[in-house]
Amino acid sequence: MDSFLNHSRPLVYCPGCTHENITKSLDKALVKLGLPADRTVIVTDIGCSGLFDTFFNVHALHGIHGRALTYASGLKLARPNLNVIVTMGDGGLGIGGAHVLAACRRNLDLTLIILNNYNFGMTGGQYSATTPTDAFAGSEFLNQAEVPVDICAVAQSAGATYIDRCSGLSKALPDKILRAIKHKGFSIIETLGMCTGRFTKKNKLTPRDLEKKAEELPVPGGPVPQNARPEYGEKYRELAGRCKPFPEPVTIEKKVSLETCSRQEIVILGSAGMRIVTAGDLVCYSGLSAGMHVSMKNDYNITVLRGQSVSEIIISDEKIGYPGIKSPTVVLALSHEGVQRRKKIFADLAPDTFVLKEKSVDIPPTPGKILEIDFRALKIKKQDWALASLAVMAKNGHGINREMLDHALKQRFSEKVYQLSMKTIEKIF
Amino acid sequence: MALTFMEGNEALARGAIAAGCNFFAGYPITPATTIFNSMLKMLPPKGGICIQGEDEIASMGYCIGASMAGRKVLTATSGPGISLYSEQISFATGSEIPVVIADVQRLGPSTGSATRGADGDIQFLRWGNTGGVPVIVLAPKDALDCYILAVHAFNYAEEFRCPVFIASNKEIGMTKESFDLDSADLPPIVERRYFNGDSYLPFRADPDKAPDFLPIGGNTIVRQTSSTHGPDGYITIDPEVIEATQERLRAKIHKAADRIALYEKNISDKAQTLIISYGITSRAVDDAAKALARQGKPVSTLSLKTIWPVPENLIQQIAASHRNILVVEMNLGQYVNEIKRVLGNKEVKFYGQMNGLMISPAKIMEVIENG
Repeated sequence: MDSFLNHSRPLVYCPGCTHENITKSLDKALVKLGLPADRTVIVTDIGCSGLFDTFFNVHALHGIHGRALTYASGLKLARPNLNVIVTMGDGGLGIGGAHVLAACRRNLDLTLIILNNYNFGMTGGQYSATTPTDAFAGSEFLNQAEVPVDICAVAQSAGATYIDRCSGLSKALPDKILRAIKHKGFSIIETLGMCTGRFTKKNKLTPRDLEKKAEELPVPGGPVPQNARPEYGEKYRELAGRCKPFPEPVTIEKKVSLETCSRQEIVILGSAGMRIVTAGDLVCYSGLSAGMHVSMKNDYNITVLRGQSVSEIIISDEKIGYPGIKSPTVVLALSHEGVQRRKKIFADLAPDTFVLKEKSVDIPPTPGKILEIDFRALKIKKQDWALASLAVMAKNGHGINREMLDHALKQRFSEKVYQLSMKTIEKIF
Repeated sequence: MALTFMEGNEALARGAIAAGCNFFAGYPITPATTIFNSMLKMLPPKGGICIQGEDEIASMGYCIGASMAGRKVLTATSGPGISLYSEQISFATGSEIPVVIADVQRLGPSTGSATRGADGDIQFLRWGNTGGVPVIVLAPKDALDCYILAVHAFNYAEEFRCPVFIASNKEIGMTKESFDLDSADLPPIVERRYFNGDSYLPFRADPDKAPDFLPIGGNTIVRQTSSTHGPDGYITIDPEVIEATQERLRAKIHKAADRIALYEKNISDKAQTLIISYGITSRAVDDAAKALARQGKPVSTLSLKTIWPVPENLIQQIAASHRNILVVEMNLGQYVNEIKRVLGNKEVKFYGQMNGLMISPAKIMEVIENG
């Protein structure tokens, strides 16, 4: 193959535009690389750099402004053997900055060619993230109040493993692109160019100026030794290869036959750190061990070890429709924060609702049947109060029984944790 | 029958695996995060890929890239993430890139309430793309539905080459419940239709079909573009070519609307009222309908699981034998506008709620009894 250029689609850049030489340099690099056309994809951004894919006879994906690296990453992760090249202007660099940083940090084997021509060519020469402060751009005075970004310096601090920069007219460009492609990892090569349609109409910028600019801001010009590390895809596959298969869903066999099985609605009001969610799980496992249907909703703070933790469980002999609590049959009041979170429910409880109240917890007036328990006096630690409450429920025949609870504990816990939990349970029975 | 016990989000992830999903990219957001967590546990050991994007825009970009490489892709988020996905969704819609998107809805607008449910994105999912091109939206009512609809979603995404949304809700995604996994009636898996002729044009298709697929990176050169394109995948300004594509994007989904329609109906001969609902609200509607039947005041119910494209024929046909139509949804009136549009002159009553709470069966009965 002597060229990958699509001769039925000639280049359409403005006369004198540096992009033309960069396009031809990329073609030369691909020819020297020697991969078949179907092994390369060019992913292009928006603007004049977004025209690149149309000029080549290789796979192509042209997408949304600034997001080219995201498609490129998806392609490379899905097809590790694909040679993935991204072209992006200084506009895409600005709007897609987060993706450039992520690509540098990640080190997936992509080649990013940045076509920096100091302005938004296609939309009228507006200033970009690389427009010099003293330039005349199409955004009135706005660029004069900002400073341009040196993407190579940013890339280096973000962990890029290969960085190069040169004039887009440099004779060395094909070889530089070739070396960037051959680098195993993320490589970034910034080309400096003249936008003859916009930027150079108001700003003096010559081929010699481009070379000077490149010289004034030296870069590693290849691999960055301090950032050297394995390529992301290989690292990912190595780490993923060590993952253990995720267990198939747990099913809970019916082990207990109940004589009567009415719908139960159980509300556990506690605080973070009291293992409320685990207790809720155990109530559900208890119900399941008796062949019942269950549902559980939890309510806790986004921060951990602080604030309320509330679990609402329904146990029903019928398939559960509306999964909200309508009329609780059991309320476990185990902490002030939990009670405050659901304080409105107490006034409307039914007279036969079983309300377990820990001695230290105050609850609003309620018609429910209150049983006060002093877990401290029983030498039960606060983190076990919820578990102990389940034993109280089982002992008094509210919602669950001891056999159901025993099955639940065995199914939910390891043997060691089961034995530990039995010590708490036995303090109640 | 032994029951399994898991939250809707895990069920959705397991459904995706059952459908053959082998790529996931997402960004953590309550109440959708546990889909990501589940996929991260399940995919890598199976040789699949699961990654956390640097943001939602990137996550959708990874999915688009991977889908164009031939993968079956899933992402999951909530309303604020859908907002960020939006332009990528437009790309996937207009350029016919299969992707399944789970939206575990939370109360909006904006940041809203991370742990409060709502069905507030129902019109947003349909219209949240530039150009107004149709998409497919499925709405589960429980964890079992999350599992089953995930498989349907992948099937539709593969066949119609478009984004397919699963409009879940915090009240389903984060509620753990028991269900009989063995009872799940899964459809046969549909795979993407690959081109096997000569001279491939990436967007050549029948006027009401999606084009045949070939992956980027395969033996045939493939072009993909977010720009207005002709069958060859190059930009075009030819009005006839543009029109044909725009009409095809609509026709491929609208013409198949009857076949895409998934629903449950419970029609009572004696009922004068039909309640139409979807999602978590359908469960309260079912409970209310049972209670009303016990009181000798039967109502009919239609629970939609496909909400876009609107199953117009189904709705018209069922509504025809009922005098009163009531739409109940967990927002202040979104899908009811579709029902009104479809039923023309028929009076359609509405009850909606947007306060972070599920609509209860008692409330629905009250609305029915107050006529």
